[in-house]
Amino acid sequence: MMKDITLGQYYPADSVIHKLDPRVKLVGTMVFIVSLFAFRSISCYILATAVLVVIIKISRVPFQFIVRGLKAIFILMMITVAFNLFLTPGTPVFRIWKLTITAEGVETAAFMAIRLVYLIIGSSVMTLTTTPNDLTDGMEKGLGFLKRVHVPVHEISMIMSIALRFIPILMEETDKIQKAQMARGADFESGNLIQKAKNLIPLLVPLFVSAFRRANDLAMAMEARGYHGGEGRTKMRPLEYKNRDKCAYLLMAVYLLAGGLVNYFVRF
Amino acid sequence: MKIVKAENLEYEYVKLDEDGKVESTLKAVDGVNLDVEAGDFIAILGHNGSGKSTLAKHINAILVPTEGTLYVDGKDTKDPDKLWEIRQTAGMVFQNPDNQIIGTIVDEDVAFGPENMGVPKEEIWRRVEKSLKSVGMWEYRSHSPNKLSGGQKQRVAIAGVVAMQPKCIVLDEPTAMLDPNGRREVIRTVMELNRQEKVTVILITHYMEEVIYADKVIVMDEGKVVMQGTPREIFSQVEKLKSLRLDVPQVTLLAHELRKSGLDLPEGILSIEELTAALEQCRAGKA
Amino acid sequence: MAIKIERLNYIYSEGTAFRKQALKDINLEIPDGQFIGMIGHTGSGKSTLIQHLNGLIRATSGTIYYNGENIYGEGYSMKELRSRVGLVFQYPEHQLFEIDVFHDVCFGPKNLGLCQEEIEERAREALDQVGLDSSYYRKSPFELSGGQKRRVAIAGILAMHPQVLILDEPTAGLDPRGRDEILDQVAKLHREQNITVILVSHSMEDVANYVERIIVMNKGQVFLDDTPSRVFAHYKELEGVGLAAPQVTYVTQTLKSQGWDIDTSVTTIEEAKQAILRAMS
Repeated sequence: MMKDITLGQYYPADSVIHKLDPRVKLVGTMVFIVSLFAFRSISCYILATAVLVVIIKISRVPFQFIVRGLKAIFILMMITVAFNLFLTPGTPVFRIWKLTITAEGVETAAFMAIRLVYLIIGSSVMTLTTTPNDLTDGMEKGLGFLKRVHVPVHEISMIMSIALRFIPILMEETDKIQKAQMARGADFESGNLIQKAKNLIPLLVPLFVSAFRRANDLAMAMEARGYHGGEGRTKMRPLEYKNRDKCAYLLMAVYLLAGGLVNYFVRF
Repeated sequence: MKIVKAENLEYEYVKLDEDGKVESTLKAVDGVNLDVEAGDFIAILGHNGSGKSTLAKHINAILVPTEGTLYVDGKDTKDPDKLWEIRQTAGMVFQNPDNQIIGTIVDEDVAFGPENMGVPKEEIWRRVEKSLKSVGMWEYRSHSPNKLSGGQKQRVAIAGVVAMQPKCIVLDEPTAMLDPNGRREVIRTVMELNRQEKVTVILITHYMEEVIYADKVIVMDEGKVVMQGTPREIFSQVEKLKSLRLDVPQVTLLAHELRKSGLDLPEGILSIEELTAALEQCRAGKA
Repeated sequence: MAIKIERLNYIYSEGTAFRKQALKDINLEIPDGQFIGMIGHTGSGKSTLIQHLNGLIRATSGTIYYNGENIYGEGYSMKELRSRVGLVFQYPEHQLFEIDVFHDVCFGPKNLGLCQEEIEERAREALDQVGLDSSYYRKSPFELSGGQKRRVAIAGILAMHPQVLILDEPTAGLDPRGRDEILDQVAKLHREQNITVILVSHSMEDVANYVERIIVMNKGQVFLDDTPSRVFAHYKELEGVGLAAPQVTYVTQTLKSQGWDIDTSVTTIEEAKQAILRAMS
């Protein structure tokens, strides 16, 4: 199950998409997601599909790799589709037992499914082509304007990058503690839900204790290396827009414009 | 010039009860006087709870003395205005390699200190390259720290401190969690820094093999300095070390036992070569 | 014959690019009551091997027999095996979780489904074996010193009454005093309870003082398996795989190469002293 989640993983490859400034990719993903929900016609979705296919091709991430990420949201998608299918009022086309499927329902459900799938694929492309570091850097700088309204942007991005560093360490630790408790006869598999939850205590308590100890150590180490917040900090790899980034922004504008035009003029 | 100078240093841990009243106090450091010359390699020995780590944290101003004064490069660590200067002068490497690496890529972690100091970009790159090369980790610059061995992680941590260009590095049991190969790697790196870059090194450890290269050894027990001298002077007092329940290198112990059995061997033998040479002489004398 | 390992192989991530053979054709017999040291540097496969012995890792191929029974056989109870083969992990204090020392030690026997009386009896006995008296029972495990925490964790395994006790780097991170205390207690357990002990360690010096047999692991294979003095006689090969014999071995070997007529099979300081004194007279 865990290995099916491609969202948040990085796929190293040498492509223009990989080299883009993370801010561009963040904005691009947002533009794409917004467009998905703004678009209301088949022609628009054809446009979105074309753009997505081209981006994936350029990114050099294997298509199967991206699609694998969809498995994780399959159930969520089925539920959404079912709700839309059965609960949208309109012209009935089909009736099973007490449930009615309407023409509008079929349409909404189809659009909803496409939106969800494209949303996941679009965000996957971003995370697969951007290192976690770049991503947090991009967020720090790209959302810098929020500092003016007292959002601690630097702190949030520091927290994210520390989390990214410690997730694999804590995963390994979980595995170790689990084995250690199994060596003491602990059972993490059998029993009902409540029993299972109770059985997790010998795993969770040591894990929390360890996480706190690590946090404490890390805070001390950061302080010892002169960390005192984002104020007056320089960067080894400051983000600077290159020509390709400017081109990318331009293409985004073209995409939105094209979408608007298609929405307005094409009648399907 | 004394790089570190402690005058009657005392530090008390205070344990508060639920109402915030003082429940008990523990004097972790008790009247320590210390002089460290710039460029020296100092080793501080002692078992857990002897106060050696508490003392170390004073040098980096993570802790400030309850009584007495500590000067780092002439600056009083109690002066809050000098805090960042002191932390830049005296860098610190901790025990657990995993819990002191902040960056998700090796070079970014090394850059963390200089970034905090506001060093310009080009200078950061220069320092990162230089310090990673000085610990022999340059080839690993774009690796994830999670993929490195314990010894390699500690060398990255040392590079991170070196990149801040400190005059003095304090290492608080940097080898306690490492295997023998990792321990050798770290100690070799530290010695090279001391010899080649003339950085003052204060190494806190409980492994005896690691202190024999030091210029001066300080032994702590119950918050006090109980022994002080060159490694040879310290290891000449095997019985005293044993009474402090500290280890003695096997050869030193063997030489000591042989002396007790009547062989004419010098005190404070530190290496296999020294012992075999002395035994050779001893046999020639007998014959 | 307590444990018998036959042609054991273990492969990580079979079928992917990360495929790695962690253990390769391991054949070992571990009779009852032996005190064994297992040496190897990080990544030599020693930690992986010991986790096979209580069924935490399942071999890719090969068989393990415990008291003649195939542990991979149908209906074999892994839970039962884990109570017989006690495994103390590295930094075992990281597994402590109960509100006090006594409750934590009770966790293992409780999982065995024993009655309350028996559970408490065993906890008291186990804590006694690691040298912690009743004044520690109600203390939180988190307020103890490093060495004490580790002893509580070891007691947690002892309370399950294992016949084989495996300790992975039980002295890692401890100071000399803590290290000697732990090793002495393990030696005493071996002597008085006659349980089989497998001590996994990096340190030849630590192991040489206690064990009767050393298994050296390298690259997932058994590299040497013999008495300490015969293993240390291969000190040159040991260096080749990143290990070293105790310093005393080097002393006698050097003297021998300088033309002394000296016994080089020494493993401890006392033996070295006797050998040198004999050679001198």
